[in-house]
Amino acid sequence: RVYPALRPMTTGIGSSTPNPVLKKRDDFEDVLEERRNSSDLRYALRCYTPALYKGLVPCKASMLKSIVLQSDSLQYVVGQSREAVQEEAALLLEEMAHRLQLGTIRFFAFTLSKAFKALFRGVCVNEEGIQRLQQAIQEHPVVLLPSHRSYMDFLMMSYILYTYDLALPVIAAGMDFISMKFVGEMLRMSGAFFIRRSFGGDKLYWAVFSEYVKTMLRNGYAPIEFFLEGTRSRTGKSLTPKTGLLNIVMEPFFKGEVFDVNLVPVSISYERILEESLYARELLGVPKPKESTSGLLKARRILSEDYGSMHVYFGHPVSIRSLAQGHISRSQHNLLPRHIPQKPTADTQAFVNDTAFRLVRLQEENMVLKPWVLLATLLLQNPDGMDLSTLTEQADWLRRLALAFGAFLDWPDHEPCSKVISSSLALHKNLVCVSGGRVRLVVEELPGAESATEEAGFNRAVSVLSCASYRNQILHLFVRPALIAVAMQTANCSRKDEVFNCFNFLRNVFSNEFILCPGAAVQDFEEACYLLGKCGAVQELQQDLVMSQSGQTTLAFLCSVLDPFLQGYQVVFHTNTQKYRYVHTFTRFNVSTCVMILITAYTIKSRQTSPHSVQPLCAVFEVFSLLILSLTKSTKRSNKVPEKRTGKESDSVLWSTLKAVCVKTLVLI
Amino acid sequence: MTARDLTTSHPPSRRRAPLTRALKRGSGMASDGHICERRRAAERRLRVISGHLHQRAQDGHAAVSAQECKAEASRANPAKAAPVPKRRHDIMKWNGWGYSDSRFLFNKKGQAEFTGKRYRLSGLILPSLKDWFEGTFGANLQHKSPATPALNVSAVPPPNLNESFVEELKAAGVALSQEPEDRVFRSHGHCLHEIFALREGRISRVPDLVVWPSCHNDVVKIVELACKHNVCLIPYGGGTSVSSALECPPEETRSIVSLDTSQMNRILWIDEKNLTAHVEAGIIGQDLERQLNESGYCTGHEPDSMEFSSLGGWVATRASGMKKNIYGNIEDLVVHIKMVTPRGVIEKSCQGPRMSTGPDIHHFIMGSEGTLGVVTEVTMKIRPVPEYQKYGSIVFPNFQQGVACLREVAKQRCAPASIRLMDNEQFQFGHALKPQVSSIFTSFLDGLKKFYITKFKGFDPHHLCVATLLFEGDREKVLQHEKQVYDIAAKFGGLAAGEDNGQRGYMLTFVIAYLRDLGMDYYVIGESFETSVPWDRVLDLCRNVKERIVRECKERGVQFPPLSTCRVTQTYDAGACVYFYFAFNYRGLSDPIHVYENVEHAAREEILANGGSLSHHHGVGKLRKEWMKEAVSTVGLGMLKSVKEYVDPSNIFGNRNLL
Repeated sequence: RVYPALRPMTTGIGSSTPNPVLKKRDDFEDVLEERRNSSDLRYALRCYTPALYKGLVPCKASMLKSIVLQSDSLQYVVGQSREAVQEEAALLLEEMAHRLQLGTIRFFAFTLSKAFKALFRGVCVNEEGIQRLQQAIQEHPVVLLPSHRSYMDFLMMSYILYTYDLALPVIAAGMDFISMKFVGEMLRMSGAFFIRRSFGGDKLYWAVFSEYVKTMLRNGYAPIEFFLEGTRSRTGKSLTPKTGLLNIVMEPFFKGEVFDVNLVPVSISYERILEESLYARELLGVPKPKESTSGLLKARRILSEDYGSMHVYFGHPVSIRSLAQGHISRSQHNLLPRHIPQKPTADTQAFVNDTAFRLVRLQEENMVLKPWVLLATLLLQNPDGMDLSTLTEQADWLRRLALAFGAFLDWPDHEPCSKVISSSLALHKNLVCVSGGRVRLVVEELPGAESATEEAGFNRAVSVLSCASYRNQILHLFVRPALIAVAMQTANCSRKDEVFNCFNFLRNVFSNEFILCPGAAVQDFEEACYLLGKCGAVQELQQDLVMSQSGQTTLAFLCSVLDPFLQGYQVVFHTNTQKYRYVHTFTRFNVSTCVMILITAYTIKSRQTSPHSVQPLCAVFEVFSLLILSLTKSTKRSNKVPEKRTGKESDSVLWSTLKAVCVKTLVLI
Repeated sequence: MTARDLTTSHPPSRRRAPLTRALKRGSGMASDGHICERRRAAERRLRVISGHLHQRAQDGHAAVSAQECKAEASRANPAKAAPVPKRRHDIMKWNGWGYSDSRFLFNKKGQAEFTGKRYRLSGLILPSLKDWFEGTFGANLQHKSPATPALNVSAVPPPNLNESFVEELKAAGVALSQEPEDRVFRSHGHCLHEIFALREGRISRVPDLVVWPSCHNDVVKIVELACKHNVCLIPYGGGTSVSSALECPPEETRSIVSLDTSQMNRILWIDEKNLTAHVEAGIIGQDLERQLNESGYCTGHEPDSMEFSSLGGWVATRASGMKKNIYGNIEDLVVHIKMVTPRGVIEKSCQGPRMSTGPDIHHFIMGSEGTLGVVTEVTMKIRPVPEYQKYGSIVFPNFQQGVACLREVAKQRCAPASIRLMDNEQFQFGHALKPQVSSIFTSFLDGLKKFYITKFKGFDPHHLCVATLLFEGDREKVLQHEKQVYDIAAKFGGLAAGEDNGQRGYMLTFVIAYLRDLGMDYYVIGESFETSVPWDRVLDLCRNVKERIVRECKERGVQFPPLSTCRVTQTYDAGACVYFYFAFNYRGLSDPIHVYENVEHAAREEILANGGSLSHHHGVGKLRKEWMKEAVSTVGLGMLKSVKEYVDPSNIFGNRNLL
């Protein structure tokens, strides 16, 4: 090996198999089918007797609170100034804790049955995954880790678990819901517990919160469910994982308080996302509507729309014990009482981070892709629209490519391609229209067109962003081969090590953009090479990586997949770095969001040269600086700045590094 | 006379060489004479004791309880007891545990019984053992895996003798032997792999010579000669090691000499003023206690192996006794130690009860596992034999409650002489060892008890667990103490469950080794191991280690879930000692010992990961050597190495334990 042999983690999940993509996936079953044929009321009232964890310490939700309040670790934090602090802790816990009740669950089972039947054509669940989960729940405490694309996610999770007679989870939810009258409490009674979005240095809050979660885990009270991504992804791409809660649920294992913990990644995919246009608007700077009961009631019009079908795939339980084998020394906790909080060591931190990335990758891999995702990808590459026949032809080609890359594609087997496409287009008629044999994105025509250029620009951006959020669902499949495709283009020679260096550089640039497991560059490279070789796009020789004769189309396509991101980043680097100080006002956005906006802005800009259309771009450009900040972080992570420095000096080092990065990117493009 | 000399018939300087030579020839006359002589000595002691007892009774004390600490009969008649013979294989199994006449077997009717006359269980039928055995291990009485019946002498490698060493030894009059049986007997301890190999007739490196010193001076002579001729010495006491400590290092090229201390077995004196006894280190536990009992005393040191293990072995491995709550562990019991090393004899100059004279040199000796020298004489604390003994037991609804109760008992420092908590699996195991009930009434009573506990009190028979207790002392105090402990237990949901259950619990610990031999007749292999752990981690450690064993067995292709069980056997202020048993059915495995070793290794890793120690009292030997550095730090290991370097630079004591 010429390229640096970064040692990949050799654990059981993900890409340890020589052929990572051809893994067999389970079949689905539609849970709504039975709902359509039998009484919802009887279903809601049926006997519910889930299999329980074998080491369960039976206790009620209220008991749980007193266990937490009396726990050594909380007492340690409460310390000397007992009473007042103890009271405060009790209040925090009151605010946080769930009050799981079967009655409420039954109520939800009834109403959600009605709602789901109205919204979806089907809710497909892999039954084998359910069986595995049932087994896992009995053996060890379980943590459910669903992907997060919609508010529907956690309702759907509990609904499915109830349907299959599995233990109902307790769910970490954001504080936003608690302000919803009535509904917040309903959610609480169906197992949600509420955590503040940020509680930075609040030690007491952290202690109450982490002890609460750990107590539930240790006692096997219920499966614990939370979203690794921390928030709903507005872009359709997986967000880089947050490790706070994962750290908490792993700690009981590290400290020997449980034998093992099973992490179960769950992939929830929607044919059409309920919040589709809401997300696009949010990305363009329209504030997120505050969660409220009245808002919920107003949103009931969505019930009359068709959201196609959705898929829920319960992945294989991942044992923390086997993951940690050889990476974590549990005996490091031997010399300190276990209730005293300890900052995780660098090793532990790295392990948790790595695990988080792997789990998100597992979520991505088992995400079902709809034909529409392919269409959206193609349509965005042809902003002027496409002939239906060309679209059909290219979609078929793309389908085969995606399958070769191991896509989990829900493409009806026995239907002609054109029929699949037309029904897909019909479902998304709010985004695309077919007229005169041409397919193009919908832009609402407004009356008094002249004064509304700005409005039209905005609407167009909404359409593009909505479309892009579907396109983004397939990116995880293409991103690694696409990085190679771009790397092959930019590297001056076909030598494998050169290509790898380019690949690695790009991978670092995009480390906050896509889910790229830290430290797995070599593994990713090899995997992508294998895929490209398999689909006949490149040939892997002893020292070289060369394009094969038939590979032109594939490589060109892959480059164009990454193109908007490269261009987006390019724009960012052009921008005056003075904007840096505005960063803090935009903390709501993450990198992906920024880049999404940039891409949209860029597309619009290139199409409309009218000065008015620049208006929404102002907001866009101000967030550049945030991206830059993230980038500096990522370059730091990629060891571009190995020395630790302080104050101004370090700032200047950062900026000069950044400049270097910019220049290199510009050269690349 | 303050120190009563009990050894008038055996002055320390006296040689027993003529007698041993006679024994070696197997002369019936000579052995008879020997026994007669012992009997005369015993009778003399009995007279002393009866006088002693009489006097005590006059003092207003009640008579000594006739109840035995252990459920064995062999000690009921002290006059019959004989010391350990040189040819141990005459009375003990060469490829299994304990006396040849005592073993478990399934009789023609398929019922389990225990043969011989030595123990309380001897001659009894155990009707439920078969079902438990088959149910727990998936074993079948049709599938036998019998041991090689007799030692194949031709398979024993010929001795590699250092002739001049042997000559000089003979000249010095030290008893020795190069018979294959003697050498094989001293080539192993009682680890599973050692016994398994013997049963299969596989013999690896064995000592080339066995020597029997009869006193301290003999040992000095032997060690001097060993240094002079550069032979490797391996001290051998009771041979009950379970840490591979007695295994001869296969890489050893020198002549290996097993130094059997069994003939150094006299109590040299008893000092009633200071309550100490000076004893030769080769004496085995049961002889020491019996002989002291004869004069109304005991040491109270009762490790589970005390029928066979020796005083020197206890010192060399830092042994712990069942009743340590009253009497202390070996480090609390010794007042003075004499050890012969290649550098000379090490001992303290006085018998002060505590000293501040730098690091305690006793702590270099205790736990040295035969790597530094031979312990020859020990002065030990003794106590009057307790007036009253009472067993007891408590049933808890689950293991957690039981541990919480033990913790509370330790906190209040009111632990009885012994308190042990068995988990549910072990409780059921103990139940399977219930002898046949003689009357319908007893079985009816048992049924009633069971009904009361499971139905009336709502204890889940698959979760409940039992603590066994042993109280000792003045009758009045014992009863008072008993009440205190039962009151604490009640706070944790514990119910008193009678003396019988308690006594059976203690019986289990000492027949377990015999039971292993039975298992091995039917494709079941097993082992026990121990650790010590802080209180707050006891439950976590027990659960995780048990589960790890089950998981490892499964992953390694063991067909039937293993028996994986534990008990808390000792309580301390800051923690507890936990003892694990694990056993599995190895049918279908090509290399069962390899599987077993992997599982045991994994279990030890799990113990260490959960804050448990490398060993509480079994020692390190060669089995756990690999973790020593982790256990005591690099500097700690360096300290030990430099001591070894100074004391034994040419590695005469070359068993390669510990370091």
